[in-house]
Amino acid sequence: MQIQKTRWVEALTGNYAAAYAVKAADVDVIAVYPITPQTTIVEKLSEFVANGELNAELIHVESEHSALSAVVGASAAGARVFTATSSQGLELAHEILHIASAMRLPIVMAVPARAISAPISIHNDYGDVMNARDTGWIIYIAASAQEVYDTIIQAYRVAESVNLPAMVAYDGFLLSHTVEPVELNDEEEVRRFLPRPVRPYTLNPKRPVTMGPLASPDWYYEFKYQQAVALKEAYKVVKDVDALYGEKFGRSYGVLETYKMEDAEYAIVTYGGAAFGNAKAAADIARERGTAAGVVRMRLYRPFPTMDLLKALEGVKAFAVLDRAIMFGSPAEGPLYKDIATAMFIHGVDKPAVGVIHGIGQRTMYVEDMYKIYTMLRENPRKEVVFMGVRI
Amino acid sequence: MKVYYKTLKDLPREELFAPGHRMCAGCGAAIAMRWITKTIGPNAVIANATGCVEVTTTPYPETAWMHPYIHVAFENSAAVASGVEAAIKALKRKGMWNAGDTKVVVIAGDGGTYDIGLQSLSGMLERRHGVLYILYDNEAYMNTGIQRSGSTPKYAWTTTTPVGTAVKGKIQWKKDIMGIVTAHRVPYAATASVAYILDMVNKIKTALEYTEEGPTFLHIYAPCVPGWRYPENKTVEIARLAVETGYFPLYEWDHGKLKLNPPSNNHLDKSKRKPLKEYLKLQGRFAHLTEQEIAEIEKELDAYWEYLGKLAQL
Repeated sequence: MQIQKTRWVEALTGNYAAAYAVKAADVDVIAVYPITPQTTIVEKLSEFVANGELNAELIHVESEHSALSAVVGASAAGARVFTATSSQGLELAHEILHIASAMRLPIVMAVPARAISAPISIHNDYGDVMNARDTGWIIYIAASAQEVYDTIIQAYRVAESVNLPAMVAYDGFLLSHTVEPVELNDEEEVRRFLPRPVRPYTLNPKRPVTMGPLASPDWYYEFKYQQAVALKEAYKVVKDVDALYGEKFGRSYGVLETYKMEDAEYAIVTYGGAAFGNAKAAADIARERGTAAGVVRMRLYRPFPTMDLLKALEGVKAFAVLDRAIMFGSPAEGPLYKDIATAMFIHGVDKPAVGVIHGIGQRTMYVEDMYKIYTMLRENPRKEVVFMGVRI
Repeated sequence: MKVYYKTLKDLPREELFAPGHRMCAGCGAAIAMRWITKTIGPNAVIANATGCVEVTTTPYPETAWMHPYIHVAFENSAAVASGVEAAIKALKRKGMWNAGDTKVVVIAGDGGTYDIGLQSLSGMLERRHGVLYILYDNEAYMNTGIQRSGSTPKYAWTTTTPVGTAVKGKIQWKKDIMGIVTAHRVPYAATASVAYILDMVNKIKTALEYTEEGPTFLHIYAPCVPGWRYPENKTVEIARLAVETGYFPLYEWDHGKLKLNPPSNNHLDKSKRKPLKEYLKLQGRFAHLTEQEIAEIEKELDAYWEYLGKLAQL
């Protein structure tokens, strides 16, 4: 293992960490449009360009729909691209999310997650990201500013290997606007880690191709099937790139992160920084009081790490899935809960699992709440959806 | 405009719009596509909005496009082209673009320009991307089966402005897209018609070369056989009558100067224009018009010419 030595540590917010990663990746084209809590990413990138530290074209688009459209065009022309958005912006761009993945373009986008209107809320939950979960993108959910930085760099390597776009989500405000020490890599090293790939098809007059054609019922299904296979196959690449990054830069995360799961009898499965941090604190308290508690955090949400997750939960008697988004009218309102229930059904696993909805619109998730989840699992293990932290 | 092609003999020979596409017999847009692709030459990327041209030219696994071509969605062709242009610029700067002086051209219909694509068009013009945006105007959503758009003229029949007993045809006037575009102070914008090929190709070439300075715009009038309800051998005749009656004047906006082009340069004098009826009577979409309604359209047309005359004096 060779760890290079020219690293340094900066105090950065999650958003600034994202911007530093984009700079290190030597991105060519960036679509810029403000929306809280994403805005400080594109502000920082604009500063980098204004100061000549980043050789990129900024496109100051007039909407998020055009932001994603512009990076689709730029990526199709062979450029390495970036954009970022949150909440309503991701909703507005939703149409192009599907097209970007179907056109197999290696776009990387940061999404500091934020609640969706109405009522309008600038605060954090995962309503936006979860509404984009089935659009064919690789979706990471990071839990620290350091992980945001590392994941964006990894995302370029993965996206350009499998020709699919990647979204790097994290807690809006709770992570996007809080400062942590972040270890930055030597930029030359990052660029060696991200060699310019030979893209199979780009818009180049030397080799003209038609992109985005009309497909009849004779062809459409094959396109979509190949896309489904490609995203599934990206799973191994995500793992490999993470391992390679670990070898090179000394930090890796896996597709999911576990906390005290080795002997855990009761677990909370969740995603994002705030939920994970508080669940870990609650697990510590539970363990002090005699309950073998553990936590699993989903770092990769799409493609879904089915087997790794089931393995992590193998030894538990019961677990809870803490979701920070609501799927209205669904058989169970938590999106991750639904995914895990599906995985268990398919693989013949049957054990008590409670779906907990919490942290909606950044409703505070107290450590005490998480502790109550462990108590609930121990005293009354069952299958049910619980809305926690809400005045009923 | 600069005159690149003086006579028919000077016109570009190389065909870059392949046969076998599914456009209708007599399609005005098809004529425009053939001359657009010939004139811009092979070193260009085309971004196409969803619409008639897009669906009829790209039935996978076939394509009529010999250019690198991208279609993404309906409302965003100007944003996609902005991305392509920015990518070429950045890649050139980094020594990673190997195709030389590549132009970027948008092709979009009236729905994709006047209506759903107006925001992204405005953004592209305001940011001054070096992109030639070509609007082929067939005055309705023809691809979905003839629904009214912001470009559909007053009283015209469409499937969403039917000729009923209470309401007959479209209630509103056609939007002034050239006015909207020139308000962005672009270097060059012009109208053109598939009936005036020399004028059109010189405008395409002029607009293409001016993209060095910023965005340019062409408004090409492209009659539609099924949508306008006329026989397919009348496309060029109708396009010519649209100009000769003053309904669709040929003019260009060159760095803030408006100039009327032949034959429209004589049409400030109303007596030099053919009666509007000659244009209207060939089309089934206007078959229900009363004398009074025709007079109202003529009056509005006179006011438009007065406005153009004033602009030409600026």
